[in-house]
Amino acid sequence: MPEPSGITEILGIPTDIIGLWVAALLTLAIYSFLYGDNPVYKFAEHLFVGVSAAYGAAIVYHQALVPKLVQPLSAGLIQPLLAGNPAAIVWSKATLLIPGMLGLLIFGRFFRGYQWLSRWPIAFVMGLGAGLSIPRSIQSLILEQMHGTMQPVWPLTGGGFDNLLLIVGVVCTLAYFYFSLPHRGVMRWLSRIGIWFLMIGFGAGFGNTVMARISLLIGRIEFLLYEWLPTIGIHLGGPGIG
Amino acid sequence: MWEKLLYFDRRIIFLLIGAAVLIPFLTQWTLPHGKITATTQSLFDAIEQLPVGTPVMISFDYGPSSMPEVEPMAKALAYHILSRNLRLMAVTLVITGPQMADRAIIPVAKQLGKKYGKDWVNLGFKPGGAVLLTQMGESIKRAYPTDARNNPTIKLPVMTGVENYDDIGLVVDLASSGAPTTWIVYAHDPYRVNMAAGVTAVEAVDYYKFLQTGQLIGLLNGLKGAAEYEFLVGRKGFGKLGMASQSVAHLLIIVLVIIGNIGYFTIERHRSRRR
Repeated sequence: MPEPSGITEILGIPTDIIGLWVAALLTLAIYSFLYGDNPVYKFAEHLFVGVSAAYGAAIVYHQALVPKLVQPLSAGLIQPLLAGNPAAIVWSKATLLIPGMLGLLIFGRFFRGYQWLSRWPIAFVMGLGAGLSIPRSIQSLILEQMHGTMQPVWPLTGGGFDNLLLIVGVVCTLAYFYFSLPHRGVMRWLSRIGIWFLMIGFGAGFGNTVMARISLLIGRIEFLLYEWLPTIGIHLGGPGIG
Repeated sequence: MWEKLLYFDRRIIFLLIGAAVLIPFLTQWTLPHGKITATTQSLFDAIEQLPVGTPVMISFDYGPSSMPEVEPMAKALAYHILSRNLRLMAVTLVITGPQMADRAIIPVAKQLGKKYGKDWVNLGFKPGGAVLLTQMGESIKRAYPTDARNNPTIKLPVMTGVENYDDIGLVVDLASSGAPTTWIVYAHDPYRVNMAAGVTAVEAVDYYKFLQTGQLIGLLNGLKGAAEYEFLVGRKGFGKLGMASQSVAHLLIIVLVIIGNIGYFTIERHRSRRR
């Protein structure tokens, strides 16, 4: 089976070198925002939005519309047409034609007076989405989680203490968000403990966010040092990784 | 003094962070490895226990913006799966996924001498999310009539005997978004396919709860998870090299947070005294 094509050249320059330079210059353009807002940053930002939209459209067309709609629709089209029996086409392709037509209605938004047509596919998607997600989400995200919380707390040494901590955390955090009772007496203490659990959770979230953002910077620096700089003859003795 | 320190030009912090990340790269400094996280080990063990030839599905649900964190995981996982002679199937719920899959798998497959279509396949992107995952529960070949290279999947040797989730040994979702939740809700729970995830550190906090319930059997957390997995499979990768920079930057941020807090409380105390 063929794999993606190898290197081709533009004006004698390999395309992968051109790609490296475009990526490096756009990286530097984006990081120029750290000094202050500027036209170079704005250009890179707008380019990213445009390229992303075009890339998305091309991928959806080639990997979804063509194999799922265009090819199955066009297959077996000629014979019934030659036989003068278009009704046979409509009948045999109904499962493709109906969703295809429904999809086309979304473009009604572009025509004044026909915007209402786009409500039908939106209503279909919303109805289907709600029907699929509500029962499944309740099962997976609420019932399974409740089941996961109901764990034995004794003996404390065999994971029981972890389970106890989990139960205390869930109950106290729920108490903090329970507003039908005034937060006085026992409720006050429960909600106060709940705040501590929330704060620890936010702290863990912030720590992970720092790690993620630094990772992105590390990725760009690694690219500039070991992929881009060698194209201008600066070799820093790369890490030799695959 | 504290007021000056708290309100100095933040571009100095950017420079400090830049230097903290850059210096370990320039000095090729790496850190000794600590204890492997249990969630990383459990994913490694799950793949180790699969019989040779078992199909493993990786869902590449990330894009270029989160590549530095997730791609090292993808390469290490692909290396582990292919070197154990398991079959690798790449799918995605996001449009940038097919290219991410090729970037991660092709170099590893070349290194191990594995053939496209026989040992691994990139099934590409299909829209639909929940609907697509539900359809795959019935028939993967009907959900993907062609792969990302437009080959009919029915003719690919790697797809032999693969009808639905029952034939998949493990699904690993590599993601920078809420995609693992979609996989859990629409694939794991209704069809009971084994699932693990590798996510960006920002997302990781949201997925620990699925380990408690058994909905995930393993979890790789950001660059740290990637570095741990590289260590387990014995492959030198970007994860380990990046962790030295990561650690220096973290130390710097901890120091800055401490200075910021001391400064804040000192100023507040002075103000309350003046009042």
